[in-house]
Amino acid sequence: MSCHKVSLTVNGAKYAENAEARMTLVDFLRDVLDLTGTHVGCEHGVCGACSVIFDGKPIRSCLIYAVMADGHDVITVEGLEEDDGSLSPLQDAFWENHAMQCGYCTPGMLIATHQLLQENPSPSESEIRDAIGGNLCRCTGYQQIVEAVQMAAKKIKDNCV
Amino acid sequence: MNKKSAFRYISKKRRVKENRRFITGRGRFAADLKLSGMLHVAMVSSPFACAKIKSINVDQAIAVDGVHYVLTGAELAENISPLLSGLDLPDVKRLPLASGRARYAGEWVAAVVADTRHIAEDAAELVMVDYDMLDFVIDPEIAMKPDAPLVHPEKGDNIFFDKQWVWGDVDGDFSKAPHSLSLRARWSRCSTIPIETFAVTASWDDGREMLDIWASVQMPKYPEQIARALKLPASSVNVHFDVDVGGSYGLKRGIRQTVIVSYLTRKLRRPVRFIEDRIENMAGGEMHGPDRIFDMEVAYDDDGIMHSLKITATDDCGCYPGRAPLQLGKPVSAIVGPYRIKSAQYHARSVSTNKTSQEAVRGFGQAPTNFAIETVVDRIAKEMGIGREEIRRRNLIKSHEFPWRIPSGSEYDSGDYHTVLDKLMESANWDQLVTKRDVIRKQGKLAGIGLSTCLEPSGGNSSFEPLFNPKNNTTTWMESCLIKIDMLGGVSAMMGTSSSGQGHETLLAVSIGEVLERDPDTIRAIHADSVTALPSNSPVGSRMAIMLGGAAAGAAKKIKAQLLKIAAHNFQLPEDRLIYDGGDIFVDGDRERHLTWEQLVDIAHRQYHNMPIGTEPGLQAQHTWEVPTGGAMPADDGTVQMYPCYAFEAHVPLVSIDPDTGQVEICDYYIGHDCGTVINPDIVRGMTFGGIAHGIGAALYEKFQYDDSGQLQAGTFMDYLIPSSHEIPSVGMIKHFTPSPLTEFGQKGSGESGYLGAPAAIASAVNDALEPLGKSIETLPMRVRDIEALLNGNVETKIG
Repeated sequence: MSCHKVSLTVNGAKYAENAEARMTLVDFLRDVLDLTGTHVGCEHGVCGACSVIFDGKPIRSCLIYAVMADGHDVITVEGLEEDDGSLSPLQDAFWENHAMQCGYCTPGMLIATHQLLQENPSPSESEIRDAIGGNLCRCTGYQQIVEAVQMAAKKIKDNCV
Repeated sequence: MNKKSAFRYISKKRRVKENRRFITGRGRFAADLKLSGMLHVAMVSSPFACAKIKSINVDQAIAVDGVHYVLTGAELAENISPLLSGLDLPDVKRLPLASGRARYAGEWVAAVVADTRHIAEDAAELVMVDYDMLDFVIDPEIAMKPDAPLVHPEKGDNIFFDKQWVWGDVDGDFSKAPHSLSLRARWSRCSTIPIETFAVTASWDDGREMLDIWASVQMPKYPEQIARALKLPASSVNVHFDVDVGGSYGLKRGIRQTVIVSYLTRKLRRPVRFIEDRIENMAGGEMHGPDRIFDMEVAYDDDGIMHSLKITATDDCGCYPGRAPLQLGKPVSAIVGPYRIKSAQYHARSVSTNKTSQEAVRGFGQAPTNFAIETVVDRIAKEMGIGREEIRRRNLIKSHEFPWRIPSGSEYDSGDYHTVLDKLMESANWDQLVTKRDVIRKQGKLAGIGLSTCLEPSGGNSSFEPLFNPKNNTTTWMESCLIKIDMLGGVSAMMGTSSSGQGHETLLAVSIGEVLERDPDTIRAIHADSVTALPSNSPVGSRMAIMLGGAAAGAAKKIKAQLLKIAAHNFQLPEDRLIYDGGDIFVDGDRERHLTWEQLVDIAHRQYHNMPIGTEPGLQAQHTWEVPTGGAMPADDGTVQMYPCYAFEAHVPLVSIDPDTGQVEICDYYIGHDCGTVINPDIVRGMTFGGIAHGIGAALYEKFQYDDSGQLQAGTFMDYLIPSSHEIPSVGMIKHFTPSPLTEFGQKGSGESGYLGAPAAIASAVNDALEPLGKSIETLPMRVRDIEALLNGNVETKIG
């Protein structure tokens, strides 16, 4: 299997590593870059556990090859903390509202809702449900996730005022 | 009993300890582990529902660059002991890889080991298996017939278990009652399939003679079962329970997967990892759930009071009898639900077919049984023209009647069902829901309100084991905790099991913090390795709040007693003159004379001259305890106490149905819930909402469908539909707290809550919606296509 150099930015850091043509981006992040926060759930683009932000848009990293990320910018769950290493308001709200149980879908949920809040700082409940509509969670029934995003949105808004 | 909480930490809002690592991407799941020289496994699966394996040619596969080994079922079978069965079936052997005969489509017949998973998958396609297709059986009712193809020919039939119990005067009650009715209800094959598949890495160290295992597992006696299968001492199997498990809900047993990689690491002297891909998980992972036909018969009087219940439950177990058939056993613990039914007959049949095996699923068979019982209750209401709420009120056990013994022998500990129902009806505002339903109906849609009142037996007194297998005399279902106070006064607590989202670390910290009066946030909770671990029966049967919480409190009390003994010695006073307050100890009436927590800890660790004579140095205590009311074998008539504590839940959903497409939408959802004292309110809410989501899946979407050729039609998330945030509504949760008299803080279990009543409630709502058309469905899941077909049929009938 042919090998290709993949140069990309992940969470602000530059990487240049080799990848087989058939290696998916999620396997590259986990196995080559040791960024295991992004999880593999279904490998066919339904569950959303492998969500990352790719050039400013959430995508499923099991559905693209690592070589397709060459020259691109990726943010994973490891890149969501504030610059000083403290929790982001969204992460903090996930903790405060117990928006998870086993934690397996959590990285994907954070990625999806982080991007939502970037684009829509005051989402309605149905907009939040739309944003996580492609991320399956088996533990929570989604309710505390929705509550966490509502709290984070309010907190971000209050801090800005 | 809704007294103001007297607790310091219990029942209070508190961030869940475990969550910090999950929100920063620093969880440690089984697939995150990387070991030097680690090899990877892909499975070769049988494409046939049933086939003789004539030969396996591995030459081409082994020739692929990077392939290290191809393990066949025959080799493995020669070198290990068969896996344990829940039943006494000496002729049925369960092996990790099929040997001689493959018994379902997707069954693993060989394992390819390579440098990468990619190479292993490539090579798996080159393993040449010569099969002879054999007759197979998919329908459990056909499987029971004498001329049916045999799944295990050496057994002689396909019946794994067939037994009937009669508790009380069933015949008399039926003959005396003025009314009876019968119905069939069908719970289809589905499961709480997690987002993380099963993952396991095994590494054999020849120098230490130790097999290290990291697995996404939730299973009682897992290390011992691996040791037994591999013929190793259990002290040579070290399961690392600090692996974060990405969801399980009962399913993650993985004993086959673990035995395969364990055998391979010993053979190849390299760490070996297997992470199921989604199809391996769904088709071959043996993680399906109950698949059950209920034939129900009930005797009742003119007031709708139920007097006797007959249940025949025929369960399609699939291919192998692991613990699956025992899922017919747990419902014995609540065989009449929350109702005052005097007598019951239970006929439990576990039937083998050419499908993948069942594993334990949340509730262990109770959710299907609750659905069947509630279907009966709704039917009586309809027949008698009594409201669905009223029929339940008339039949529910009353709060002053506890403890209440049911015909099958279990005693329900406590409850206040009528009050929970009152509170639910007030919050849900039933009359307003009826108005809303009727408005939707006027708009041209179908609409219905559902109701269910169900129990969650909790505590994991699993006496269905001896009930279903006379050779199994287990009556011990224990849990343990070890607390250590370090020299600096820090508190660490150890449990002997892994967690899959239940928040056990928080549970330990809060329980210990409550007893020792120390801030739970400062208490560290640790998952021990199996060789250093304590006796545990793992987080099954909705038991850890009760059992691990109780073990932690017990150990903390021992620590407190040690501290009091040390203080008494130093003050030269009897212990009853001392007051323990927040970890410090004061002389009663003279608060100037005291020893602080730090001083007491220092004495224990460093000042042996100030310790009472004969005292062990340091501060540590272990508490292992048996499940309350456990420890008894079943009586000859099958009566037995199962499960100590009984939580109660009542559900009210409002649904609308699009008459053209059959699409069900849940407009409103309320649950009244009572699991006694709540340790952490956020955890109980989450468990309940998640359980309701599982229940909605089971009721409307999820089914492991097989076609006529025995092929699984739902092996991906494209065709096995897991409800998303669009399908699951916000739930209004109404709480009530009736403490259990049997537990440390009054807590009951809540790990299965929501799931135990949601399917019944959704079915009730859909049937209320169909009622004006004179239609009903008693089969789950009620998929879009099923409802659409029913509705179209209705239209045709009308036209006809």
